[in-house]
Amino acid sequence: MPIWFERQRHLIDFTLASLMRRKGRNLGLLLVYGLLVFVLASVTLYTHALRHEAAVILEGAPEVVLQRLVAGRHDLIPPGYIERIGRLRGVQQIRGRLWGYYYDAVVKANYTFMVPGDGSVAKGTLIIGPALARQRGLALNNGVSFRSYSGELFSFTVAAVLPQASELASADLVLVNEEDFRAFFAYPAGHYTDVALSVANPKEVRNVAAKLANLLPDSRPILREEMQRTYASVFDWREGIMLALLSAAILAFSILAWEKASGLSADEKREIGILKAIGWETGDIIKMKLWEGGLISVTAFLAGFVAAYVQVFRLGAPLFEPVLKGWAVLYPRFELVPVIDGLQIATLFFFTVFPYMAAVLVPIWRAAVTDPDAVMRA
Amino acid sequence: MSLRPSTNGFIVLALLAGACAACLVDAGLSCESRAADIDAMRAMAGRLGLTDLALFTEARYTRHPSQADLHSAFQDHPLALEHFPSGSLIVPKHADLVRETTTPD
Repeated sequence: MPIWFERQRHLIDFTLASLMRRKGRNLGLLLVYGLLVFVLASVTLYTHALRHEAAVILEGAPEVVLQRLVAGRHDLIPPGYIERIGRLRGVQQIRGRLWGYYYDAVVKANYTFMVPGDGSVAKGTLIIGPALARQRGLALNNGVSFRSYSGELFSFTVAAVLPQASELASADLVLVNEEDFRAFFAYPAGHYTDVALSVANPKEVRNVAAKLANLLPDSRPILREEMQRTYASVFDWREGIMLALLSAAILAFSILAWEKASGLSADEKREIGILKAIGWETGDIIKMKLWEGGLISVTAFLAGFVAAYVQVFRLGAPLFEPVLKGWAVLYPRFELVPVIDGLQIATLFFFTVFPYMAAVLVPIWRAAVTDPDAVMRA
Repeated sequence: MSLRPSTNGFIVLALLAGACAACLVDAGLSCESRAADIDAMRAMAGRLGLTDLALFTEARYTRHPSQADLHSAFQDHPLALEHFPSGSLIVPKHADLVRETTTPD
């Protein structure tokens, strides 16, 4: 064992010395390789963490949201609608939700106005999301005015700012009292935006949705699992888009790596010829080149992964912010919970390290089995 | 005395592997320490009946993707071009939803 170990160490010594002789070329390769792993790992880590966080947060979402459609467009829930649902078996709680959008011309941002079901907001006051507070420079007990869609000016006092830790779900929220909401949006009395339902038995949710669709043919029930699936699809799609955009970079790297690994330079061929001439065995040369490929790819993988982790979870993923932000004025500042999927990382390792190792092996084997004299003359 | 190249190589690899392990430990610790925040957010979603994340606030129909109808990108008129950047990025794969949904979208 010690002899084997010492032999491998000498091979590594020789490999590293050989790599250092072509320092610029190999460092360049390492940099590009590491950068590729960094970008791929960043996309993987970010979308997985976001998908996980969305799924966990939306576990608290209503089990069923019932919208009413008129001519295929979302419409208000008229009086009497909720009472009709109340007769359905299996429905535990029904609550008419009041919410809507407001465009604030001052900061050119969209807010989500919402009436909390527990009546926790007093008349004339607001509870606002942290991104909104930051954007408008608002704090506790500050006064704020909004011009309603009817042109009337409404003044409110900020009763609280939602905690910064909840920003991913509450960045643009404005929680208002029901009376204020109806007055501000000139909402007709007894009407609601949609209806949130909770079902006693979770296994019955689909049946309840089907019964709702039969009972109220103009309604569209949206299940909690559909909301969660929407987000899973959104992030899968985004991940796919990012990877599609990156595919050109991946292809470029593959060509570079293949070129570097498969096409031996005249120097390398001469080196192999000399090694064989002074008594190295074919197996030793292959082992040396395997060490070379292994050291480069593992170093690039580890460095790329660590950089990706820091970028995504410690620096707030500044590279992805422009992609997610679009033209939004209110963008949540959030720190994702680092949930790492071992399988994804293993897949990444497999697809970045193994192809390179394979690309190294074939030409080296071909050169190593050739006559040293022919290799040196080639 | 200068170190052998293999020793230098092992030191670099060990440092990188250590940093990698530190990331995994950090992830585990952060998950524990942030559990309360996540629970609070889930409770808030339950209390307020939130259905979506506040990730895409630029347009009405990107703010609540789970509540928007399938043709919301064309809500202005049937041939309207999609003009918000996130609208072009968040299009969910509706095949997954449609296949399992029996109710109208």
